[in-house]
Amino acid sequence: MKKKYELEDLDCANCARKMEEAISKIEGVREINISFMAQKLTIDADDDRFDEIMREVERTIKKVEPDCNILM
Amino acid sequence: MTKKQRKELQRIIIAAIIFFVFMIGENLGLFPFMENSLIRFIIFLVPYYIVGKDVVKGALHGIKERDIFDEEFLMTIATIGAFAVGEFPEAAAVMLFYSIGEWFQSYAVGKSRRSIKALMDIAPEYANLLSEDGSTREVDPSEVKPGDVIVIKAGEKVPVDGEILEGSSMVDTAAITGESVPRSARPGDEIISGCINGEGLLKVRVLKKYEDSTVAKILDLVENASSKKSRTEKFITRFARVYTPIVVIGAVILAFVPPIVIYAATAAGIIPEGAIGGGFLEWIRRACTFLVISCPCALVISVPLSFFGGIGAASRAGVLVKGSNYLENLGELSVLVSDKTGTLTKGEFRVSSVLPEDNKEEILRLAAYAENFSDHPIAASIKSAYGGDIEEKLIKDMENVSGQGIKALVDGKKVLCGNDKLMRAEKIEFVPCEAAGTVVYIACDGKFEGTVVISDTVKEEAREAVSAIKNAGVREVVMLTGDRREVGEVVASELGLTKAYTELLPGDKVNIVEELEEKLSKKEKLAFVGDGINDAPVLARADIGIAMGSMGSDAAIEAADVVIMDDNLMRIPQVIRIAGKTLSIAKQNIVFAIGVKTVVLILGALGIANMWAAVFADTGVSFICVLNSMRALRE
Repeated sequence: MKKKYELEDLDCANCARKMEEAISKIEGVREINISFMAQKLTIDADDDRFDEIMREVERTIKKVEPDCNILM
Repeated sequence: MTKKQRKELQRIIIAAIIFFVFMIGENLGLFPFMENSLIRFIIFLVPYYIVGKDVVKGALHGIKERDIFDEEFLMTIATIGAFAVGEFPEAAAVMLFYSIGEWFQSYAVGKSRRSIKALMDIAPEYANLLSEDGSTREVDPSEVKPGDVIVIKAGEKVPVDGEILEGSSMVDTAAITGESVPRSARPGDEIISGCINGEGLLKVRVLKKYEDSTVAKILDLVENASSKKSRTEKFITRFARVYTPIVVIGAVILAFVPPIVIYAATAAGIIPEGAIGGGFLEWIRRACTFLVISCPCALVISVPLSFFGGIGAASRAGVLVKGSNYLENLGELSVLVSDKTGTLTKGEFRVSSVLPEDNKEEILRLAAYAENFSDHPIAASIKSAYGGDIEEKLIKDMENVSGQGIKALVDGKKVLCGNDKLMRAEKIEFVPCEAAGTVVYIACDGKFEGTVVISDTVKEEAREAVSAIKNAGVREVVMLTGDRREVGEVVASELGLTKAYTELLPGDKVNIVEELEEKLSKKEKLAFVGDGINDAPVLARADIGIAMGSMGSDAAIEAADVVIMDDNLMRIPQVIRIAGKTLSIAKQNIVFAIGVKTVVLILGALGIANMWAAVFADTGVSFICVLNSMRALRE
């Protein structure tokens, strides 16, 4: 399933890059793209574990930048 | 300015005032109490704390996550190091200028993000849905369904693609096509979402849902374009991954190795005492300058921003570029292959000459009568060239001879209208014609009357566009066509093309594009331009597939990498120029950022560059690169 989310307070481009790197290592994630410019996250991940993966994604984002929120 | 930015700015101003009052005061000797080093430490700790609180907090978070290459962590270590070696003002200043730099960067990025968004401000906010009782109500564009009827008032945006039922107006399509001359819109015409209605009131039957409408598709494309990364962006990502660790390791080495070596060498008597600069503290200070420069931010922000701006500039000109990678390829374009019909030519067939000239009227009249019941495009062009009324009852026994032409009885005379094969089959003595185009011979009662030549007309701007494309750095402009050699060569020489491949079968086009691509070096790119109707395989095969004149055509938007929304060939040189400019801005940023950082790193290691220079190499460079990137947005 491919979905797009908005990100709030994503303040540094290098952080976006780090998030991308960390999220791509989560199991079940086929494709991840974080656009610092558009403040958007596009993810393509396994359908059956999608919610679980998204929780993991959220944790990963918080790890890199605690201020950044994903609007679901 | 966002709320967060405003709060941050206040803190920066307060910290800056405290910092400068005490620093200037100390230098003028106004504050004798600052000679006490503990009081001095506390005084400079205040502005440090005000601006640096969040940075230090971020650093602690970095430690918790075991991310030692975290920018805030490194900045904290650098400033604590400066405090430790007794450089209190420097420590506070690094944190202050780091915050100022970060603030400007965030402000500039926010501003550029907004200006790019404004550029794509084509999304309609509402639709006026007409109910059965004749009243209208405002609904969200996503609520209207195909078949619904909506009303578009003067000055409103067209919310979804539809067909005009009532009313006529001039419609401004600039936001979608980049074309500044308004188009007329009348009942029966299709109307594209994102355009702005001029004067009249339009009643429109909805053809597509909002998600499938042109405007939603364009927004989606442009937003996703930055996810297809260019090679330059990929290089930066790889560079960023290794840059920080290398600089940090460099800092650690710088802090410990030279002082130990110098100490050992001095102790062993190899070098005299104090010959080589500074003690242990001096090397720690130098290591701290390294840490300040350790973030690759300038590159990580500015390069994608340049591409984003370039894509924005292109879409303002009515050209959709589906990814940064395609924009990059366009910047390196060296061969442009073009389809002929519908791309370089209008795809409309017109009578271009009638031979012999003195019998023109009669020849056209006979041809128009004979062709009257045919629905072939040739018949339409002959009839429009004739222009007069046709008395249909005079036409009898019309017969269509496949692959040859038409036979008919016109006013009792036997008229033949067709190609050379028809003439030979009917044993007519005719004068063969070598003209470029489709040649139609006309005979009446066994006697040859004359010839009508029908050809496609070249687009008005085609010649100028081809020379502009060459001026933009494209080495070869090549044409592919299924037409006869004579026809193709006339068009090629008229337009100043490098080469024309003629009499091709559909499959040949892919082969030729492959052949041409093989001859190119890695740095050279090939683009194919077509109308997107039957050249999907070629569009897909070329480095860059450009679809023309495809406003609203889903197939073309799907197949191509670059979509030119109006029919104008001049958009091609324009987008090549935008691409070239974007690429050179990205390269300038890379060279400038890496250059300044490297120089400051070297000078820092030698003890020449201080903390101030390091702060400039970090945030100052980022700021300049962001400003430079914004130039990509302007054409």
